[in-house]
Amino acid sequence: MGMNSQGRLSTPAETAAVAEHKTFTGNKALQIEEPLIFEIGRNEVTGVDIDVPLDFKPRLGSHRRKQPIDPPGLSEPEAMRHYVRLSQKNCAIDMGLYPLGSCTMKHNPRLNEKMARLPGFADVHPLQPLFTVSGAVELIAELGKWLLVTTGMASVAMSPKAGAHGELCGMMSIKVALTARGETRTKVLVPESAHGTNPATAALLGYKVVTIPAREDGTVDPASVRELLDDQVAAIMLTNPNTCGLFERDIKEIADAVHEAGAYFYCDGANFNAIVGKVKPGELGVDAMHINLHKTFSTPHGGGGPGAGPVVLSEKLAPFAPVPYVRFEGDTAEFVETRAKAKEHGDTPFGRMTAFHGQMGMFIRALSFMLSHGCDGLKQASEDAVLNANYIRASLQDLMSLPFGKRPNMHEVLFDDSFLKDTGVTTLDFAKAMIDEGYHPMTMYFPLVIHGALLIEPTESESLASLDLFVATLRDLVMSAKRGETERFTGAPYHSPRRRLDETAAARKPILKWVRPEPATAEATE
Amino acid sequence: MTTYYSKDHEWVAVEGDTATIGITDYAQSQLGDVVFLELPDVGKTLAKGDEAAVVESVKAASEVYAAISGDVSEANDALADEPAKVNEDPEGAAWFIKMTIANKSELDELMDEVAYKAFLETL
Repeated sequence: MGMNSQGRLSTPAETAAVAEHKTFTGNKALQIEEPLIFEIGRNEVTGVDIDVPLDFKPRLGSHRRKQPIDPPGLSEPEAMRHYVRLSQKNCAIDMGLYPLGSCTMKHNPRLNEKMARLPGFADVHPLQPLFTVSGAVELIAELGKWLLVTTGMASVAMSPKAGAHGELCGMMSIKVALTARGETRTKVLVPESAHGTNPATAALLGYKVVTIPAREDGTVDPASVRELLDDQVAAIMLTNPNTCGLFERDIKEIADAVHEAGAYFYCDGANFNAIVGKVKPGELGVDAMHINLHKTFSTPHGGGGPGAGPVVLSEKLAPFAPVPYVRFEGDTAEFVETRAKAKEHGDTPFGRMTAFHGQMGMFIRALSFMLSHGCDGLKQASEDAVLNANYIRASLQDLMSLPFGKRPNMHEVLFDDSFLKDTGVTTLDFAKAMIDEGYHPMTMYFPLVIHGALLIEPTESESLASLDLFVATLRDLVMSAKRGETERFTGAPYHSPRRRLDETAAARKPILKWVRPEPATAEATE
Repeated sequence: MTTYYSKDHEWVAVEGDTATIGITDYAQSQLGDVVFLELPDVGKTLAKGDEAAVVESVKAASEVYAAISGDVSEANDALADEPAKVNEDPEGAAWFIKMTIANKSELDELMDEVAYKAFLETL
C-alpha cells in the first residue's frame, strides 16, 4: 500500500465501499441535491431592497390580486448558488463532445463573447435613434453581406429569431410571391426524412403536406418529385445535406423540375455547416433558405442563446422580403423600416416578422466567427466537420450498422439499430449508457425513416484525441451489449444526478405547477 | 364477428354493418407507452386512407389511417383519460372507433388473422 511523505495512505483503502456510502446531506461531494427555488426561498425575506411605497392609491379596481404573489425570497448568494448548482447537473458544449446530430453543437469561441460585450454593442437599445447606432446597423448589413456571399443568394431577411421562424419567413415570401402572380396553390412537398419543422411550417401556412418517399439510398429521387408536381404545388422543402447525412446529389434536377412546375424551392439550411465555402445554395436553384447562426456560425444554443435564423432569398423572392432591412445606395446604408418606405424603392415586403431588427447579440457573435475564420477558414471548418464525421463512421462501421452501406457521409453519420438486434438493448438504452460515460447522447430515433436511428454529428470542434476517445467508448459499449451485459444499458444511467426518468408518467400526468405545501396545523403536529 | 387486419397494423372487427377499429398488439409494442390520443368526432365521414386518429407515444406521434370508408358512429372517448389502456388491451377494451361500413368490398383488401401473422413474420 502506497504512503506519502507524511505517512498518509496515498491509495484509498476501501474503494468498493464508497459506492454504498451514504451522506448526511444526500449530497455526493460536488454533486449537490438541489431543491426547487420555491423550496429554498422564503416569502418573508428578499435579496433586494425595495422601498415600500407609502402613499399610493391602487387603480386596478377588481383586477387587483386577491392572493399575495408569493415569490421565493432569496439573498444574492442563495439565488446564485441555486442556478450554478443546477447548471452543474446539465450537459454543455463547454464540458465535452456533444454529438447531437442535425444540431451542429460546435464550440462557441470566446472571441465571439468578447466582441458581443464591447459596450458599443452590448449597451445599444433597439429604440435608440438610428443615427446613434450606425455601427450596429453596419454590423447587421455586413453580416447580411457575408451570408449572401456564402450562399450566392440575392437578398437576406435578418430578423427571424430561429430556424423554424426562418422557415416561416421563407415560406411566407413564397406564398406572397404566388399571390402576386395571382395564384393560390395548396400543396407543399416534403421528403420523409425532413426535420419536423418543415411540415409544421407548411401546415401553419395552410398548405397540405405531401410526403416524398425516400429512395433506397436515403436521398430524394427526382422522378418521385416529378410524379408529385402539379399546378397546386407551391414549394418543395428540402434539406441538403439531408438528415441522413447524405448530399442530395440530384438537387439541381429537382430544383429545375420544381421551377418548371411554377413552384419554389425552399432549402432547410440546418445542415449548412457541411457545405459552407464548398457549395453555394443559390447556384443549386434554391429560392429561400434559413441559416441557423446558432449552428453553422457558432453562436450559442439554448441556455446561452437565443438562436437566430436569417433567411436568404433568390432574385424572384427578394422584393417580398420582410422589413426591416438595410439597403445600400453606393456606400450609403439606409435602414428601411416600413412597407411605405420599401415601396418607394419598388419593393413589396410581405410585412414584418419581429418588432425589432433580430438577434443583435447573435449577429455580433456570428460575424466574429466569420471574420476570425475568413473565407479559407470557413471552408476548412466545413471540410473538418465532414472529415470528423467520416472518421467516426470509418472507425465504427465494422461494429455498428449503416443503413445505406459503407459509403462516405457528410457532416453527420447515421446508424440504425440492427447491430443491437437480439441483444435486448434498444437505441434508448444505448443512449442512456452513454450518459454514464460522460457523453451527451447522439440524436436518437430521428430521422424517422430509419429504425432506431442514431445520428452522430461531431462538428469540426473535436480534436483527433477527442474523437478517438469517443470511438473507443462507443466500441466498448457495443462490445458490452453484444457480450450480453444488458444491465449496463437497461439500468442506465447509474451515475447521473437522477436515474432514468419515467417519461411516460411525465407525459401522462405532468406536474406543471408548484404548490406551496399547507403548513402543518397545531392539531396535526400534536 | 370477423376480424380483419391492415398492413398499417389496424384491426377491423365487423358485426353486421358496423366495424370496430383499433391498433394491433404489434403496433402498440412498436409505439411504446402511449401518452395521448386524438379520435375523430362522431358523424365524421372517412374515406379509406384518410387520417382517422393520432396516437402519441413517448417515442413518436403517428397517424392512424382509416382502413375502410364509412361514418364514425362512436369514439372510445374513455381512452383520452387513460391512454395506457392502448398498451394494456389494444385488441379489446382499447378500441378506437366504431364505423358504419360504406363499402363492404373494401374488406376484401384486408388480411385475416393468419395472413396478418404471416405478414408480421416478414417484418
